[in-house]
Amino acid sequence: MSLNTAFKVFVFEHQILYNIGNYQQVLLYLIYPPMQTQKPRVLMFGWEFPPYNSGGLGVACYGLTRSLVKEGADVCFVLPKNLGNPHRFLDMRFADNTDFSSLYDQMTVKELEVFLYPYLNEETYHSKEELLKILREKGYAPYASDLYSEVLRYGALSREIAKTEKHDVIHAHDWLSFPAGIEAKKVSGKPLITHVHATEFDRTGHQGTNQKIADIEYAGLQAADKVVAVSQLTKNTITKKYGINEAKVEVVHNGIDEDYYKQKVILDNKLANLKRDGSKVVLFLGRITIQKGPDYFIRMAKKVLEHEPKVYFLVAGSGDMEKYIMRQAAELKISDRVLFIGWLKGDDQAHAYQISDLFVMPSVSEPFGLVPLEAMINNTPVLISKQSGVAEVTRNVLKADFWDTDEMANKILSVLAYSSLNSQLINYGREEVKNINWGKAARKCLGIYNKMILNPT
Amino acid sequence: MSSICFYFQVHQPLRIKKYKVFDVGNDPEYFNDAGDNLTNNRMIMEKVANKSYLPTNKLLLELLNRHPEFRISFSLSGIFLEQIENDFPEVLKSFQDLVKTGRAEILSETYYHSLSFIYSREEFRKQVEMHRKKVKKLFGVTTEVFRNTELIFNNEVAQEAERMGYKGVIAEGADHILGWRSPNFVYKSPGAKNIKLLLKNYKLSDDIAFRFSEKGWEAHPLMADTFSSWVSAHNGNGDLINLFMDYETFGEHQWEDSGIFGFLEKLPEEVLKHPDNNFVTPSEAIDRYNDLGEIDFPHFVSWADEERDLSAWRSNDLQEDALAKIYSLEEPVLRTKDKGLIETWRRLQTSDHFYYMCTKFFNDGDVHKYFSPYESPYDAFINFMNALNDLKIRINEKLGTIKPKKRGRPKKEIDSVIEKDDHYHNPNLIIELNKKKKHIIDLRKEGKLKKIKQQ
Repeated sequence: MSLNTAFKVFVFEHQILYNIGNYQQVLLYLIYPPMQTQKPRVLMFGWEFPPYNSGGLGVACYGLTRSLVKEGADVCFVLPKNLGNPHRFLDMRFADNTDFSSLYDQMTVKELEVFLYPYLNEETYHSKEELLKILREKGYAPYASDLYSEVLRYGALSREIAKTEKHDVIHAHDWLSFPAGIEAKKVSGKPLITHVHATEFDRTGHQGTNQKIADIEYAGLQAADKVVAVSQLTKNTITKKYGINEAKVEVVHNGIDEDYYKQKVILDNKLANLKRDGSKVVLFLGRITIQKGPDYFIRMAKKVLEHEPKVYFLVAGSGDMEKYIMRQAAELKISDRVLFIGWLKGDDQAHAYQISDLFVMPSVSEPFGLVPLEAMINNTPVLISKQSGVAEVTRNVLKADFWDTDEMANKILSVLAYSSLNSQLINYGREEVKNINWGKAARKCLGIYNKMILNPT
Repeated sequence: MSSICFYFQVHQPLRIKKYKVFDVGNDPEYFNDAGDNLTNNRMIMEKVANKSYLPTNKLLLELLNRHPEFRISFSLSGIFLEQIENDFPEVLKSFQDLVKTGRAEILSETYYHSLSFIYSREEFRKQVEMHRKKVKKLFGVTTEVFRNTELIFNNEVAQEAERMGYKGVIAEGADHILGWRSPNFVYKSPGAKNIKLLLKNYKLSDDIAFRFSEKGWEAHPLMADTFSSWVSAHNGNGDLINLFMDYETFGEHQWEDSGIFGFLEKLPEEVLKHPDNNFVTPSEAIDRYNDLGEIDFPHFVSWADEERDLSAWRSNDLQEDALAKIYSLEEPVLRTKDKGLIETWRRLQTSDHFYYMCTKFFNDGDVHKYFSPYESPYDAFINFMNALNDLKIRINEKLGTIKPKKRGRPKKEIDSVIEKDDHYHNPNLIIELNKKKKHIIDLRKEGKLKKIKQQ
């Protein structure tokens, strides 16, 4: 074959390929015409919403809802109590705004002895008063004197909303709003999606679960037409512990809100002073509860300090294990190196990330875990436990089993010692985290809505 | 005339075991993992030997006996030879039997399958020489054709190989180097006088090495007669077809149930059906065919990945750092004149260590392309650097720059009581442990703890 014919053949083939390319597009268009679907109207039940939130649930609801609206859904978000509505992108209703007093009178809500709070279990609280005090300190608006009764009351009130609000699907977040979702489904008969951000097993570190909460969770999972889990890890808990069919559960990983990138940062040097003598800083940030593994953090700190004494370990947060952890640090004789800096908000949090050489999340059981992503955005390398949902979506982070404090310490010391490791985790991590956003999660949810609307089960 | 030139690469690195920062200064053994892990070198070698080396060697010996025209060649890394010499004599013997036929050539390479050509020419020459001696000792032959680690090649490699007395070099027939030219001829290298280049025909090589068991491939399942018809099609527009691949293709990358052994068994027979076809060793190819002019390799080319460059070993900060650190030890480690230390240093130069740190597949999400005994490139780096730091300490101790000192692991205090039962999830256990702990603290306060220890 001469060079000339070879060239012609090439051109010919090229043209064919080019045409096929066009035909394919036309064919695709014929087979799958662009869907003229109506905006799905979502009746969404939540429990908290920023700025009045006590943890990740509110942040997640906010991020997801905002992206859902951006992607073309109509969302009616129902909350249990009027907290004021600073978010104009969605239609927000409050269950107690309408006059349901007659209905409320008909309900029988039993007062329970134990006061419950979404992230803490009963054994951690000695008295109602102590809890209320802690909640107020955190700027959390307690809804009523008894959370469990509130949950049921919320459920009953949601019936009226389901009657008056037009909707195609019902979407309920976590056990607190599952009864509301179930009641709404009873009224409208629309498909119910229950979204699991954490199970009772996660909150209690798989020990001493509260049966009442577990029962509500189970009822919500049973009644749902589709269950959304924030990670494969959570899906496993749902299928194994609650015996829910695997096919019924979809994994939709959380994202990080774009607002987080815009956060202003004030660089005061209060914490930076720690580093003036060349010390390095390792950060723990989260509730000091059994779920978050603070005790493993302290034992790991001990191991690191035996090897490298010039490291400070910051513990930012509060919780029922705080005193225990302080005692533990004292017993291990590392109190001078473990600093408890309390609960940090907004800018202070960002600052803590920035001055830290490493962020550690040693959670025993973390359905998702947003904080490592915040740390990554703030140019801080992270070490996370493999028992976390966020480990499923991140690659440029260090991972270890939460109980393997040797390996945790090994990795901490490596990040502190090897600057190339440090810089690569920062640079690659910052890029990677850009792809972990709520837009992705919202599109997945929309897909689920459309499926449910087209083929209601 | 179409001559088929087979070259099989045989290599197994010494993988570094899980080596924590606490082991630095305490454990001088990096390669002796005996557990059920992917870093257990003996276990991996045994697995690959049974699946690939032994059955393929047996088959090739049969084929050599059956077809006097059949030829093959191997490049066996020194670190591979070392492992089979020590632990798997039957594998070594099966290779020796092949070489004894006189129709299986052994090629030259760096003993440690290293990237030394790029970092230290001095070290490179030493490793090539070491390999030459090893081959001479085990097989009684002298190598004549050189191939650099992972076919890493540029004009300078050809010049260096020529200076060392080789008559040929093996390289990748990369498209961006060849342009319109064909890999099916012998070439020369600019700047070198006589040394000849053999270029891999990557299309036909990859049909066997990569595509063979791909079910979606139009030619699947590939039969020996089809393949030899492709080979014969080159008659008249090429002298030889260089089929270069990893030896583990047979039985390990392409499993036995893919039919790879049946394919190999039939191949010589089918190829030889065409009267113009034959087989050659690299040396024979170089002696037989005239070169078709010079081919310029101005920058490094390798046979790795789509990119065919150095990015598998040198594309991120971790790899660059680790490579710079290991080669920075050259001067001090040689000064120790300590054979053990020098050997360990060289074992840490094997290219695989740096490949495991590669993040390029990892970040594309294409984890299947990433063969590694470690959980992530970061784990690979940490492990490597810890071992390297231990070596550094031992070098400094030997040179007297730091005092040799037994640094045992720091003593654990009360915490160790809890650590033994590291499970926080059994509330009863916690209560029990806390009691124990309190008891010890009480004893300590009373000054009784020492007595207990003595007892």
